[in-house]
Amino acid sequence: MFSTSLTANDLLFMLQGAWVTLKLTAAAMLIGTLAGVVFGLLRAAMPYATLPLSWALDVFRSVPLLIQFVLFNSLKSLVGLDWSAFTVGCVVLGVYAAAFCTEIVRGGVLAVPTSLRRASRSLGMSYWQDLRYIVLPVATRVAFPGWLNLVLSVMKDTALVMWIGIIELLRASQTIVTRIQEPLLVLCIAGLIYYLMSLVVARLGARLERRWQEDD
Amino acid sequence: MFDYTFQWRPALRALPDMLAGAWVTFETAALSMILGVLLALALTVMRRMDNPLPRAFANLWVSIARNTPSLFQIYMLYFGLGSFGWHISSWAALLAGITFNNAGYLAENFRGGLKAVPDTQMRAARSLGMGAFQAYRLIVFPQLLRIVYHPLTNQMVWAVLMTSLGVIVGLNDDLTGVTQDYNVRTFRTFEFFAIAAVLYYLITKVIVLVARLLAWRLFRY
Repeated sequence: MFSTSLTANDLLFMLQGAWVTLKLTAAAMLIGTLAGVVFGLLRAAMPYATLPLSWALDVFRSVPLLIQFVLFNSLKSLVGLDWSAFTVGCVVLGVYAAAFCTEIVRGGVLAVPTSLRRASRSLGMSYWQDLRYIVLPVATRVAFPGWLNLVLSVMKDTALVMWIGIIELLRASQTIVTRIQEPLLVLCIAGLIYYLMSLVVARLGARLERRWQEDD
Repeated sequence: MFDYTFQWRPALRALPDMLAGAWVTFETAALSMILGVLLALALTVMRRMDNPLPRAFANLWVSIARNTPSLFQIYMLYFGLGSFGWHISSWAALLAGITFNNAGYLAENFRGGLKAVPDTQMRAARSLGMGAFQAYRLIVFPQLLRIVYHPLTNQMVWAVLMTSLGVIVGLNDDLTGVTQDYNVRTFRTFEFFAIAAVLYYLITKVIVLVARLLAWRLFRY
């Protein structure tokens, strides 16, 4: 009953898949955070002028990620771009993350009291100085927990890239399951890896959050 | 560079089938939400028990549901249960997977909601002579509902989006499944999936709109 045909090589294959998952998460969060910060600041600064932007980003939040992958993948072929599946995965996940990150950043910026910003301006700071030295540090602390949740949810959503043919953790385990026919064991290991990755990210985030709160 | 002609006609001809698929999608999501809310309530109660066994079970459920991909959860039910000789259909696996996921997320919402209802409310109700159940039903629950209403609608939207994962375990009668069926027959991938995307967008918007109307009707003082 306790014999298994899972080999060390299979485990290595799964860990490689986990590495792809992490790379995808990092790349998507990089794109998503950069775009999200810019869009979020714009959304907070000009709420009415940027309404179309918010509608556009809302589309990415209301359409299943799986369909976004398929659509973008086929669009890529139609237009004739020669991108790898990995790049497509990064871009789609990045835009998806940006759509959520925009709202997080906007919420953070709006949480900075207007009186605080007025005070900084009346101390003679320019608009950019106010943004850089007053709004950014305060908003970062407010928005960070939401951002961390986004990292975790993007990491879980990377599982969907298997549909466009990237071998990440879940796809790797499926490949192994197909060969050795022990779904329960292999999937449990995959689940454990996902769980550990989430746990590590959440712990690191919590530590950072605590450290930021020390100098308040 | 761009020499592709879109063929919308076959895609539009498939629209009735896709609408039927959209209905299946909605039904699955709604069913998983109803079951998910019931399970989440049970989990919330279990997490507040003094007995450590149900508490540990509920905590395990919530942390697994929240820390692993929903696709993994569906896989686990579809392929994993097969190891025990239970072969369930892909629809059942999808429904059970989403329900598992919903229950985990909602239990966390309910816990937060309960924390937000002040203890004094409960004590005041009890001191007015209400029984524990009465106090929960008449005092705590209405306040809780207001707090968790928005997360509930959000979760409903998530449930609709998650049903699209059914196609990966071979479901072929929900919206994504129907679309994929047409896709493999015609290879008009972009057209079919664009229409599916529009339909998903509409479904989520309708849900949000209905929820907003309902909230307006429900939460008037």
